[in-house]
Amino acid sequence: MAVCIAVIAKENYPLYIRSTPTENKLKFHYMVHTSLDVVDEKISAMGKALVDQRELYLGLLYPTEDYKMFRKLHNSYTDVMCNPFYNPGDRIQSRAFDNMVTSMMIQVC
Amino acid sequence: MSPTQWDFPVELCCRPMAFVTLTGLDVVYNAVHRAVWDAFCANRRADRVPISFKVLPGDHEYPKCRPKRTSYEWYIPKGILKTGWMNKHLNLVPALVVVFYELDWDEPQWKEKQSECATRVEIVRQSLQGRNTKVAVVLIQKKTPLPPGEDVIASERAAALCNACELSGKSLFVLPHTDHLVGYIIRLENAFYEHAQTYYYTEIRRVKSHKEFLNKTTHQLLFVRHQFKIAFFSELKQDTQNALKNYRTAYNLVHELRAHETNILEIKTMAGFINYKICRLCFQHNTPLDAIAQFRKHIDLCKKKIGSAELSFEHDAWMSKQFQAFGDLFDEAIKLGLTAIQTQNPGFYYQQAAYYAQERKQLAKTLCNHEASVMYPNPDPLETQTGVLDFYGQRSWRQGILSFDLSDPEKEKVGILAIQLKERNVVHSEIIITLLSNAVAQFKKYKCPRMKSHLMVQMGEEYYYAKDYTKALKLLDYVMCDYRSEGWWTLLTSILTTALKCSYLMAQLKDYITYSLELLGRASTLKDDQKSRIEKNLINVLMNESPDPEPDCDILAVKTAQKLWADRISLAGSNIFTIGVQDFVPFVQCKAKFHAPSFHVDVPVQFDIYLKADCPHPIRFSKLCVSFNNQEYNQFCVIEEASKANEVLENLTQGKMCLVPGKTRKLFFKFVAKTEDVGKKIEITSVDLALGNETGRCVVLNWQGGGGDAASSQEALQAARSFKRRPKLPDNEVHWDSIIIQASTMIISRVPNISVHLQHGPPALTNEMYCLVVTVQSHEKTQIRDVKLTAGLKPGQDANLTQKTHVTLHGTELCDESYPALLTDIPVGDLHPGEQLEKMLYVRCGTVGSRMFLVYVSYLINTTVEEKEIVCKCHKDETVTIETVFPFDVAVKFVSTKFEHLERVYADIPFLLMTDLLSASPWALTIVSSELQLAPSMTTVDQLESQVDNVILQTGESASECFCLQCPSLGNVEGGVATGHYIISWKRTSAMENIPVITTVITLPHVIVENIPLHVNADLPSFGRVRESLPVKYHLQNKTDLVQDVEISVEPSDAFMFSGLKQIRLRILPGTEQEMLYNFYPLMAGYQQLPSLNINLLRFPNFTNQLLRRFIPTSIFVKPQGRLMDDTSIAAA
Repeated sequence: MAVCIAVIAKENYPLYIRSTPTENKLKFHYMVHTSLDVVDEKISAMGKALVDQRELYLGLLYPTEDYKMFRKLHNSYTDVMCNPFYNPGDRIQSRAFDNMVTSMMIQVC
Repeated sequence: MSPTQWDFPVELCCRPMAFVTLTGLDVVYNAVHRAVWDAFCANRRADRVPISFKVLPGDHEYPKCRPKRTSYEWYIPKGILKTGWMNKHLNLVPALVVVFYELDWDEPQWKEKQSECATRVEIVRQSLQGRNTKVAVVLIQKKTPLPPGEDVIASERAAALCNACELSGKSLFVLPHTDHLVGYIIRLENAFYEHAQTYYYTEIRRVKSHKEFLNKTTHQLLFVRHQFKIAFFSELKQDTQNALKNYRTAYNLVHELRAHETNILEIKTMAGFINYKICRLCFQHNTPLDAIAQFRKHIDLCKKKIGSAELSFEHDAWMSKQFQAFGDLFDEAIKLGLTAIQTQNPGFYYQQAAYYAQERKQLAKTLCNHEASVMYPNPDPLETQTGVLDFYGQRSWRQGILSFDLSDPEKEKVGILAIQLKERNVVHSEIIITLLSNAVAQFKKYKCPRMKSHLMVQMGEEYYYAKDYTKALKLLDYVMCDYRSEGWWTLLTSILTTALKCSYLMAQLKDYITYSLELLGRASTLKDDQKSRIEKNLINVLMNESPDPEPDCDILAVKTAQKLWADRISLAGSNIFTIGVQDFVPFVQCKAKFHAPSFHVDVPVQFDIYLKADCPHPIRFSKLCVSFNNQEYNQFCVIEEASKANEVLENLTQGKMCLVPGKTRKLFFKFVAKTEDVGKKIEITSVDLALGNETGRCVVLNWQGGGGDAASSQEALQAARSFKRRPKLPDNEVHWDSIIIQASTMIISRVPNISVHLQHGPPALTNEMYCLVVTVQSHEKTQIRDVKLTAGLKPGQDANLTQKTHVTLHGTELCDESYPALLTDIPVGDLHPGEQLEKMLYVRCGTVGSRMFLVYVSYLINTTVEEKEIVCKCHKDETVTIETVFPFDVAVKFVSTKFEHLERVYADIPFLLMTDLLSASPWALTIVSSELQLAPSMTTVDQLESQVDNVILQTGESASECFCLQCPSLGNVEGGVATGHYIISWKRTSAMENIPVITTVITLPHVIVENIPLHVNADLPSFGRVRESLPVKYHLQNKTDLVQDVEISVEPSDAFMFSGLKQIRLRILPGTEQEMLYNFYPLMAGYQQLPSLNINLLRFPNFTNQLLRRFIPTSIFVKPQGRLMDDTSIAAA
């Protein structure tokens, strides 16, 4: 079960963030924010290695088995982006996305 | 910090080294002994053997050895590991005792000395009774020993001494006290080291031998103890591989022990110790991954072993210590060369340690909140007789009791109470902050800025709990901008809330106001009721009153704070606070916008200031001022609205300066720009908005430039991207997002109201005085003054053009190099409305190509703006591109007198120079005259008169001239002979009389002159007539200095009969001429080939008949016979 799901803009601010209501929200916000350190490092390492720049998937920060989870989330995110009324960079306020996140947070993985 | 219960004992953390004691050394009074001791202990670098030395007197009492147990059958251990054991083997029980004794081999009183030495050895042996400790003797000698085998006395006496002391030969050493002391010492200690290793080896064997007596039911503890001891002895023996192996076994055995609430602390303590040793050795063996894996396993195994609920904070203290110790080990390994990475560095362990320390604090807070009346129990249950525990990790009030049942519950209660009361005195914040700051240092090193910020927030919060508000604020303030710049508003709000509490508790006015401003702003995620409360407090502060306390603050601290606030009120002065908003997100937004990117100087400059408040209640400002880069305009852009301090929230919708939340307020300003600022940029440097008034407290919000704060640039970007339709608003309102800041404008000169016309006949011809007529007409309503004309080549073009372009106002004289390319500021005078003036301008272009010409007219005019009289300078410019072309093309060719094209001319033989002048000008040209100036080497055959004077050439027409020239023999000239110049004087046919004539000089091409040995020319009539004699005379001229042999032959021709020499060979003397006379008799009419004359020069085989044909005619026109003459001619035949 996912406890917190967040989508971060490339400028590093949260586009969407939700965590289980039972636990301290701030704790998860901090956790997501600090994990951006690793993302930054991965991106800068990628620039150095001159790998194929079209491959934008960084991989997992830490290994987990829920690979499907990313794909599901990403598909839903793509749907949000495809919405002609969504302005890229705005915080995500989509009911469909919300429902998908809820289902992922409830689902026992 | 003094060591606490949770810190690992020193003897556990140090690197175990073999313990060797030195006796018989008087290091205080004997200089030699002192030197020996210094050599042992000074400068112990890594390359020396790992031994810890200690000097003890010869009669030192070593710890007594307990009698050997023969059977373990009835023995029940009381605990796992005695607290003194490690220290005993590190510092008390030596592996080797060395007896130093001064004795030379040639000692006269040998017997006495020998027995004294033996006695000393005996005393040492006595005190080591029962131990396996080795004894060695070192003889300090004054003389350098002879090589082994040579000194017979020495070997005899050595054997005797060994015998007397019951020593093996290997345990007797000689230390000559000579120059090479250190060298001897190093050899000695290496020998000691071997003895020590043997000792530890036997110790390991001894412990191992106990194993067979143990049984699994009663001696579980002993399994762990023995395993630990074996491992520890292995370490002392410097056998780290085996040590690690044995510690691992010991670790597994610890977890096999039956755990219960009563012994869980002991198990955890020992597990922690062994784990520490394992990790330490893994790092030492450079297998950090093993260390990490072991540590993870350790934490997983122990995490749930909390033990007594009443003392659960102890578990967290222990956990915290585990992480901290591992972090220290990791960090130490890095210092010795290990590389860590971003996701695996000591910082994480310190962070976890801090986390458990925080947990410990929380638990301690709930478990140890005894009333003040609860007294610390007396007698102290935590006191023991010796002051220390017998076994690690046991409770002082029930040491050595292994039963899981509590025999004395009352005693247990008292013990727990004592621990809880002690825990209450622990300064948890200090521990937490130390751990956090360790973690911060690590994360900084491993490029985790956000992790670092997060930990700093925690540190700040911890300082807040510890009531060190200054430090808390400093830390929070430091990291705030990171969260702000990345737009993590939830986190920012949380930090700001803590910061606001700190500033409230310290009554820091400026900080309090700043944080309030931001918490009210759009970046704050606070609920409206919170915002309302903060806004109310802010207004209270501005009215010079105390704010209400922040929620969830310590009651005592609030009381202190209230006093501080009260003091602030009575304090006079420094009540105006200027706060720069560019670094945060205040609750008022500001945008400045000039109506246009540029303004003419004769219209007022206009701009709007837009303000929007994000706070929950309307708010009134007292003053708004705008500052410009030219400060003289500042005075025109101030709005001030007098209001009483208590009206800040009243008169809600009235007044310009009252901002209704969510609504955009537009404030309009205008001013007249100064004429000096024409061409300059006027910039808004700052906007100041004052809240509150000077009688109370006043906050000035200062926006740099045309507004905008820390969040607005991102918002503007988003707004620009958005194509969402905005709802319709009433006419006078605008959408905040649609306003784009325009903080600067240009002041440009007044629009000119004159016309400038140019009249000319392009293209210009090279070098001519090209006439450009400039017409200026005023359309102004009033007189214009000081009209000035600047005309000429537009600056900024190719530099060569400037050199080759000259401008003048006087067309009657040709201009030369001294004339400029641009005439500047030619005063033309004043012009009345409608008046017109004309100016002629002559341009001479020296090269072809296109040029841009600029005509710039400036003038002054008086005008009125907003009832202000100003003098405006206006200007108008016109540019024109003029192409310059050659007026004509001149072609020159050399031809022979037969008009045949010549590639070279022959010396002394006349030739023709033909010039062909083709007009390329679209306008008619008048060739005034032409002249041929011959080079000295050329001579003319006839007179050189111009044949084209006053010829008018239309486009495409040409004028040709022909001159007959001759070139004397010059010898061989490289590149040919100069011919001279052809000078053409011309002008445009349309040009006025007084325009000077232009002279164009054409340099004629060089020609190659060739000498020929024989010049032949023929004298013959212009035509012949059939059957009429045609006399032809050939002149053969020898042009050389040699006598020429000439073969001449005339080939017969069908058209002619001829008389004369048909074939001859003759000689021609140098410089002389030979004539050959022939009489041709034409037989046919028409254009006929003459009988060809062949000349062969024997000396010049190159002289061919082809060449010859150039000089002499090869054919002639023969007219038919006249009728009347018919008879006579027949008769003649």
